[in-house]
Amino acid sequence: MARFIIRRLLQMVGVVAVLSVLLFAWLRSLPGGTVSAILGERATPETRAALTEAFGLDQPIYVQYLKFVQRAATGDFGVSTGVLPGTDALQIFVDRLPATIELSVAALGLAVLLAVPLGYLSARRSGSPLDSGLVILSLVGVAVPVFFLAFLLKYQFAVEWNWLPVSGRQDSLGCTRITNFFVLDGLMTREFDCSASALKHLVLPSLALATIPFAVIFRITRASVLEVLGEDYVRTAESKGLTARVVRARHVMRNALLPVVTTIGLQTGALLAGAVLTEKVFAWGGIGDALARAFEVRDYAVLQVLILAAAGIYVFINLLVDISYAIIDPRVRTR
Amino acid sequence: MSPANPFTRRKDRIDELAATAASPSGGIAEAGAVDEKPGVSLIASAWSRLKRSPVFLLGAGITLVFVVLALVSPLIAPHDPAAGLLLDQVRPQSNPVPGPQDGFPLGADSRGRDLLSRLLVGSQQTLIVGVFATITGLAGGLSLGILAGAFGGWVDALVMRVVDVMLSIPSLLLAFSIAAVAARPSQVTVIIAVAAVQVPVFARLLRGSMLAQRSSDHVVAARALGVTERAIVFRHMLPNSLAPVIVQSTLVLAVSIIDAAALSFLGLGNPNDRQPEWGQMLGRAQTYIYDYPHLAIYPALCIIVVALGFTLMGESLREALDPKSRR
Repeated sequence: MARFIIRRLLQMVGVVAVLSVLLFAWLRSLPGGTVSAILGERATPETRAALTEAFGLDQPIYVQYLKFVQRAATGDFGVSTGVLPGTDALQIFVDRLPATIELSVAALGLAVLLAVPLGYLSARRSGSPLDSGLVILSLVGVAVPVFFLAFLLKYQFAVEWNWLPVSGRQDSLGCTRITNFFVLDGLMTREFDCSASALKHLVLPSLALATIPFAVIFRITRASVLEVLGEDYVRTAESKGLTARVVRARHVMRNALLPVVTTIGLQTGALLAGAVLTEKVFAWGGIGDALARAFEVRDYAVLQVLILAAAGIYVFINLLVDISYAIIDPRVRTR
Repeated sequence: MSPANPFTRRKDRIDELAATAASPSGGIAEAGAVDEKPGVSLIASAWSRLKRSPVFLLGAGITLVFVVLALVSPLIAPHDPAAGLLLDQVRPQSNPVPGPQDGFPLGADSRGRDLLSRLLVGSQQTLIVGVFATITGLAGGLSLGILAGAFGGWVDALVMRVVDVMLSIPSLLLAFSIAAVAARPSQVTVIIAVAAVQVPVFARLLRGSMLAQRSSDHVVAARALGVTERAIVFRHMLPNSLAPVIVQSTLVLAVSIIDAAALSFLGLGNPNDRQPEWGQMLGRAQTYIYDYPHLAIYPALCIIVVALGFTLMGESLREALDPKSRR
């Protein structure tokens, strides 16, 4: 087990190393080069010269790359030029992380809680109208552009019917901040109206963000349960007289859930990308929101932090998934 | 890897897909003996099942209508989609979007251009974005995949390492980043950004199915007969590895159109809107979305229907070409 984890960790180091080369190449290929990219329109000859020297742009390319890695390793990604001018780019990421985690957890939780039971039901009754309906729903879910769905939900439930808040994470109730996870903060400080308000704000964005993960997890669960139901060991378990409940829990679900766990890990990538679009629609104030704004105003200092962080989070979560997978299924460890 | 759980990581899922490639000897004859006439080729048996599949027919029907519309729309559009015919009615404050009227059943956009004509003609650029993005992604992915699959060894290791890193960036985020590099965004940069995301997927898919071919009997036989390495790769391995790639292509067509819309939504799309494209129309409708939601809803419906058509077609193709489903 330890060897498995070490091997995966080493692989992850390799991925991050190649990623840093790609990010470095990306920064250099931006319109106007790194200096214009980071300084933007405010570049005076003096600041240009200062930055050229600070970044070592007059030095050989491998020195530049090493400096880039050095700065990245110390968390120095430069200063925001457009999203929050003057703020440290890394700080923007740190400040906004809780908002995005809160939204992603809500969306993923919603997707998993709906998709896994429905996928199981669909497989048990495969061919029924319920099954067909759910399959069609999942296909449509993938075909709808996320931001359009977000607009549609917002327009209908927030603007037209006024049931739910239009944007933001919380009403201004003067809530105490501890962790910046607003729902959690409200529970910790016993300001339950704060938690309630945060939950209300979460409904629409998490619903929009959950569609694609729901569709994908639903279909994997359905396919996986269908496959396991046809296995010999399920027939054996049934024929030796185990109760339906035991067969369902110990034989079917336990085996069918393996690929589902992995898919859930993979969907965190879709969540991060979807968050860019959803957070923009709901002015959520998280990482996605900042990324959308950074793309609009070409704030490259912020972009490099957020892209590196998004890829890093994605790689890390998939590492966790691999490890959890190895714990659930001993056969994986030897691979 | 146990047969009960074919999907682990994203890259393994792609490999699993690759494994569904036509295995020209073993599997087919075996499966053919079960309920089909012996010697029926994978393609023929797939086609006979597709013809009876309502899902495939619906998807193919939608696709056909879309392609025909893209070809003939300039002829049937009532107006020039680039001409601001109702511009004199546009008042930024009181009436930014002229409503439906005689000769303009859906009204106009914020620049006084006929919305119906723009939707009709928009099918053309939408098809172009989808097709060219898929072809570009395919070309890049095939080159890398052939390189890795044909040579193996350190070429394979190097190419696949880069491909895996590209797969480790959430795909839409990668498309955004690539589009941001463009100094002057245009339809071409949109196509490149959307296509680049698909390159690693196609590369891994093709490499997987070509590696599976390398040690198969017909390749070994060809090699023993003294067929040149080039002919083995292009005449024996490649044609037998294409089935999963074709399936993936139809799915990518749908994804490309949706991704292009997301790029426009973030302001990374084509700024020139003289030639309308649905994703662009949808992305830009956000300005007036609460007062004039129809500006977003019409192009969005078009995109959803077309994306659904491609997806239905791709999914039923996948099922039909999967040797496992021949049971």
